[in-house]
Amino acid sequence: MLRRLQGRNGYLLVGLVLCFVLGQVLLSTGVINNYWRGIIFWGAAITMVSLGLNLIYGFNGQFSLGQYGFYAIGAYASADVTYRWVHNDSSGLVVVIGGSVLALLLMWGVSVLLRRFYGVRTMTVFVFNVLAAVLGFGLSVSVLVPVLGPAVSTVLQALPGVVTQQVVFFLALVGGAVLAGIASFLFGIPVLELGSDYFGIATLGFTIIIKVLLDNTDTLLPFPEMKGARGMVGIPQWTTWPWVFLSFVFILWVMRNILHSSTGRAIISVREDERAAELVGIDVVSYKILAFVVGSVFAGLAGGIRAHDLAFLHPQSFNFIQSFNPLIIVVFGGLGSMTGTVFAGFLWIVLLEGVLRLYLPAGFETWRFVVYPLILLLMMLLRPEGLMGRYEVPFLRSRKPSLQQDGGTETATAQEVAG
Amino acid sequence: MKGRPESLGPEVEQRPVVLTIDGLTHYFESLRAVHNFSVTLKQGELVGLIGPNGAGKTTVFNLVTGVYPPTEGGIHYNGVDLVSLPSHDIIQAGIARTFQNIRLFADLTVLDNVRIACHPHAGYGLVDSILRLRKFRQKEAEMTEESLELLAIFGLEDRQADIAGSLPYGLQRRLEIARALATNPRVLLLDEPAAGMNPQEIDQLMDLIHFIRDHFNLTIFLVEHRMRLVMNVCEWITVMDFGEIIARGTPEEVRNDPKVIEAYLGRQAIR
Repeated sequence: MLRRLQGRNGYLLVGLVLCFVLGQVLLSTGVINNYWRGIIFWGAAITMVSLGLNLIYGFNGQFSLGQYGFYAIGAYASADVTYRWVHNDSSGLVVVIGGSVLALLLMWGVSVLLRRFYGVRTMTVFVFNVLAAVLGFGLSVSVLVPVLGPAVSTVLQALPGVVTQQVVFFLALVGGAVLAGIASFLFGIPVLELGSDYFGIATLGFTIIIKVLLDNTDTLLPFPEMKGARGMVGIPQWTTWPWVFLSFVFILWVMRNILHSSTGRAIISVREDERAAELVGIDVVSYKILAFVVGSVFAGLAGGIRAHDLAFLHPQSFNFIQSFNPLIIVVFGGLGSMTGTVFAGFLWIVLLEGVLRLYLPAGFETWRFVVYPLILLLMMLLRPEGLMGRYEVPFLRSRKPSLQQDGGTETATAQEVAG
Repeated sequence: MKGRPESLGPEVEQRPVVLTIDGLTHYFESLRAVHNFSVTLKQGELVGLIGPNGAGKTTVFNLVTGVYPPTEGGIHYNGVDLVSLPSHDIIQAGIARTFQNIRLFADLTVLDNVRIACHPHAGYGLVDSILRLRKFRQKEAEMTEESLELLAIFGLEDRQADIAGSLPYGLQRRLEIARALATNPRVLLLDEPAAGMNPQEIDQLMDLIHFIRDHFNLTIFLVEHRMRLVMNVCEWITVMDFGEIIARGTPEEVRNDPKVIEAYLGRQAIR
């Protein structure tokens, strides 16, 4: 273990800790005021959403406009969990976590069952998975809530207050992310069989459906606390610097490790040439679904972070015009560059939402949607590969495949075992 | 035996059957691209498929690798029915192919092109790679080593870090064969491997085809226009025209078959 922390990994860890401490100190001492804190947290959330989209569009080549739909699912789901919790109701927690676990188990069972048959039609797979998910969440509402609800409350209340809050918040974030993942899986099964253009249109439809559902959460859906088109208020403001930092690093780390592995190369091969990938033995559709689900999980997590920072959610902030934001960021930063997305994501929020609002005359907001597309147009004309092209900072780059080096690490691990 | 010339020696006929294509027929709308095509390949054979442009040779390859399902007919590989299997399952079962127009992952490195084809037998999953477990590091190193060995066979080991699209044409052809071999095939379908090569490169390619057949214990089915390559490399040849088989036999027999000469050169050539 210690050997792995030497060299590059060691520097990386030290750098991350320094970054974290610096951020915490600046925030605690008030050097970064609440306005800028909000901007930074917002930037982080948007960047996480965009990283997910970059995995789907930049690395897997599937043009998606659905990213904000999953962002919304993550935000509303996690907000609902914590909102209910602070109103002494553990049902949100039980349904989101317990239901997700049940649904995932059932869906796993479905996949084991269907693997026995050859040539199962996509629609059959889809219907079975939807049934599994409905059954899972239905059971959690009807059985788990009355059975487990009081017990969960008692156990969590027995912990010290601060710990309870962090545990509930953690579970809410995980629940939101998993829920976004399940939704994207179910949506992805039928739709990812389509070609890329049709997929783009279908995802646009998804975003619109989610927005309409959110407008009617109190009428069509049984969630009066979400207050429909009036916007959800009273979400506890629990997002703190450690949570933002940890989720951000977690997403970067997971994405880097996926991309620089055999799975990642399979994902990228689908972007390069779908037919060729299929004909070297890669199951193209399942890798499209994989990238889509992982990207949506990132969006769901970001949604939870954003909801508990803003403490207010409105369906209007998830409409389909907004859903172009991550797309613009990804294209701007460079399709297929994590560095570019991080750079462009923060630049986007810090410049357009932070600096411009402070220093430009009032009324500029009206012009924003003239300026955004203009920037994008100029970008496409002058540097179509994006700001960073496919450049990555060393941390996000893959190691040079050299046999000597690999042999070296092999002996190192052998010595480690012997020692 | 169905789908084989009668003139082959008993020594060849004793080998086990690997791939059976039986009565394969395929229509594009109302156009009959392949009609009643039957070929039986035995272990270790090098078989050629020739015919004028548009005869349906590439369509046969596409049908075998599941690019589209045949209208009629059966394809069996080691007793497994391949019809209606998705392409990636056919490839993973042990049939690999190259393309008439090179289809490399042009923006990726030479090494990654080969490692992508190794993916189905990578031996580690998503969790191993996310957590960077020991299994990941081991299997990843093995996979890289295996890929580099393959590249060395094709004389590409110095180009491993180059972008595949930047390689000269002849090397791209070689890389495509290397990538196909990385899938661990038993049967290799080569679609015009010598297209665009100069005579010297073709000589090298002939040696290479013989070498990989013996080294990887392959059965090779080859579509080609360059007669020099086909006649020198193949043990027997099937000739197609307008989607149908018009002749089959050893290179010598095929070369002198009047139907073949007619298909290639026209009726006058026979007189």
